[in-house]
Amino acid sequence: MTEPFNREWSGWLRSDGRKGVRNLVLVIYTVQCAAHVAHAIAAGEEDVQVIGFPGCYDNQYAIRLVLSLARHPNVGAVLSVGLGCEYTQPARIAEAVARSGRPSDAFFIQDVGGTRSSTDKGKAIVRSLRERIGRETPRVPMGFADLTLGAECGGSDGTSGLVGNPAVGRLFDRVVDAGGSAICEEIVEMIGLREVILARAVNDRARGELAAAYAKAERYCREVRQYSVSPGNFAGGLTTIEEKSMGAFAKSGSRPIQGVIKVGEAPPWPGMWVMDSVPDEHFMQFGYTNPNDTEGIMDLISGGSQIVLFVTGRGSVIGSPVAPLVKVTGNSRTFARMREDMDFDAGRVLAGEMTLDVCADELGAMVADVAAGLPSKPEALGHREYFVMYKHQDTPDLDRGCRSAA
Amino acid sequence: MTVAFKIHAGDNVATLLADAAPGCRIELRGEAGGVLPVNERVALGHKVAIAAIETGAQVVKFGIPIGSATAPIAPGDWVHLHNCASGFDERSGGFDVVTGAGKDVAYD
Repeated sequence: MTEPFNREWSGWLRSDGRKGVRNLVLVIYTVQCAAHVAHAIAAGEEDVQVIGFPGCYDNQYAIRLVLSLARHPNVGAVLSVGLGCEYTQPARIAEAVARSGRPSDAFFIQDVGGTRSSTDKGKAIVRSLRERIGRETPRVPMGFADLTLGAECGGSDGTSGLVGNPAVGRLFDRVVDAGGSAICEEIVEMIGLREVILARAVNDRARGELAAAYAKAERYCREVRQYSVSPGNFAGGLTTIEEKSMGAFAKSGSRPIQGVIKVGEAPPWPGMWVMDSVPDEHFMQFGYTNPNDTEGIMDLISGGSQIVLFVTGRGSVIGSPVAPLVKVTGNSRTFARMREDMDFDAGRVLAGEMTLDVCADELGAMVADVAAGLPSKPEALGHREYFVMYKHQDTPDLDRGCRSAA
Repeated sequence: MTVAFKIHAGDNVATLLADAAPGCRIELRGEAGGVLPVNERVALGHKVAIAAIETGAQVVKFGIPIGSATAPIAPGDWVHLHNCASGFDERSGGFDVVTGAGKDVAYD
């Protein structure tokens, strides 16, 4: 193994054996009515971030997703804040988090008082949690074998499939070779590629999982008349979903695909994995699959990705909570125009300035730097966009061993 | 000279790495060589035909069919929403060729 893939840095060890690249306190609100107070608690607090579920009614998919984020390797402690009348229960989130060995707390705003008193109480709690995890969480050596990386693309143009996604794919090959894991989702951006995808399966079991996920995605898109290709993609030179799909799938690199995981599920063993984020059969409705880039990024983080790579030819200004987002573009013009937001210019391969191999090595070095604590551009700018939505997926089978992201 | 990249040996389109003006000659790279004049303005990231494609024939990029021709396409033509449609997306063919915006949803 060569530089930078033999690099080591210090991570935070969690009780399930996974290692984090950040040590965060996560404030989780359980209904939109508590969103303002949750954000007021986190405002100005270092290493305190917010996610929330807007609905009052709970749903097994949303709870599974929230808990996978609450027990993510980058999260050391959780405060869950509710209004007091919603179905979703902050105390039960805190209990589930506590069972994972993390300190946690919860309260209802209606029990505490109003906005100011709840904010003051919350701030006291997150400061105490932060101090405790800073003191108690073991620091351990960490390398690429301990990493799970996610990759998403959004605002794609003609360069994304040529070099942006292939650069990430080459990086993923290196990460998998180093013993780590990588996840792609966006099965709706595999439309048209059935044979290409099945040919990548590591064995018949994986082939069956990929075939089923592909068939469901194709049926979903047909039934709701919604394909994952947008006016911005067209303006950037992409003409059809098939063309976008092939470019998007390049993110997965060339290593065998181990199988399909669902949202909230971590890869049960290392290697390249595909995440199914499409609603299951009986809940197929318009707008539920990849409604925006942030939703897909949250899905990848729910699978335990400690860092997510976001490939955007046209440029984007989003970030993510829980796991740092590293923004890659294959379009040097976009990089120059949006330099303050974009981390990495893979367009240099198209300009003949570097090979794809050198590009992947340089991107790997950047990932190692971010893993070691260097803030990515979206992190430094304070971007922490999140999106937890209603969807339905049947609870994954537990027949492959340690499948839960818990 | 503007460069266009042919990704797979079986492709009948190449992707522009910079904007090209009508009559401009582009240099083919990747799985192709030589020079081709373009017949119209083609922007960075967009595709130019490097072979004649009959109506109904497959448009091939990355070695896979990305759609089929909805009009005859000559070498050097811009290949996009106006002459290539998806085999899956039924809205394909109803998008504005420049902005990409859908034309099939009423705003009044």
